[in-house]
Amino acid sequence: MSSEMNGFNEERIGRLLRLLSPAPEGWVRAAQELPAARAMLDELVARAEQDAAFRLQLQADLERAVAAAGYEPSPFVVSRLRQLLRTD
Amino acid sequence: MPVEQSDAQLVSRCREGDPEAWNEFVERFSRYVYAICGRGFRLAQHDAEDVFQEVFARAFERLAELRSDDAVRPWLAQLTRRLCIDKLRLLARDNPSEADPDEQAIDDVLGELDEAMTVRAALDKVGDPCREILDRFFCRDESYRTIGEILQMPAGTIASRISRCLEKVRSELDGRDRGSQPS
Repeated sequence: MSSEMNGFNEERIGRLLRLLSPAPEGWVRAAQELPAARAMLDELVARAEQDAAFRLQLQADLERAVAAAGYEPSPFVVSRLRQLLRTD
Repeated sequence: MPVEQSDAQLVSRCREGDPEAWNEFVERFSRYVYAICGRGFRLAQHDAEDVFQEVFARAFERLAELRSDDAVRPWLAQLTRRLCIDKLRLLARDNPSEADPDEQAIDDVLGELDEAMTVRAALDKVGDPCREILDRFFCRDESYRTIGEILQMPAGTIASRISRCLEKVRSELDGRDRGSQPS
């Protein structure tokens, strides 16, 4: 089947390409940093499970407790940690 | 020109823990997920960002559960769709005027985005400089003048280059179709 027959003429190719504009760079970067963030989350959750004082700090002020533990409390890490602690 | 990997090859590298593979995975599918949130479900930017991050977080956590590495695109589309609907329902709780989305209209948009991804894959195979010229013109909405300045090409030649590049993409799509026909 040629591209004329399947509808992929030049005009349509241009129109379809227009649909895929780039996502904001910051979003892409945050998603690319997920593996590192995931490792950080695993450490924080493990520590919260073993250390009652740290768990209380997280419950009282999650962002401050994350920062005090030496991690960057990015919005993604904070919201994900909230979810993980809720379900744990 | 770098050889573009198939979706399945990329997913396989992600599973093996290749640190570069995840970056490429996000790069390859970020526009698709973004378009589903924005064009498909018309989410406001901050709501789309929540869904976008959640999609990639879940994809990262659940990539190992994917039954067929070739099916990653529909799997991501389905995941994004579900999370967009969850977001809209959450918003509707606070603001009942937010109606459930028109499923047929969403299907139509998703169908078009799927075709757009096929065209995008063909463009990736064609490679630079066509990839960059077409991306700047169609996806980033840059003018001939801006493209000319950035790529150090006379602005007057950009239109003809775009036309030639579109032909190349079309040929690539033709080749793909011929390749997929039974012999």
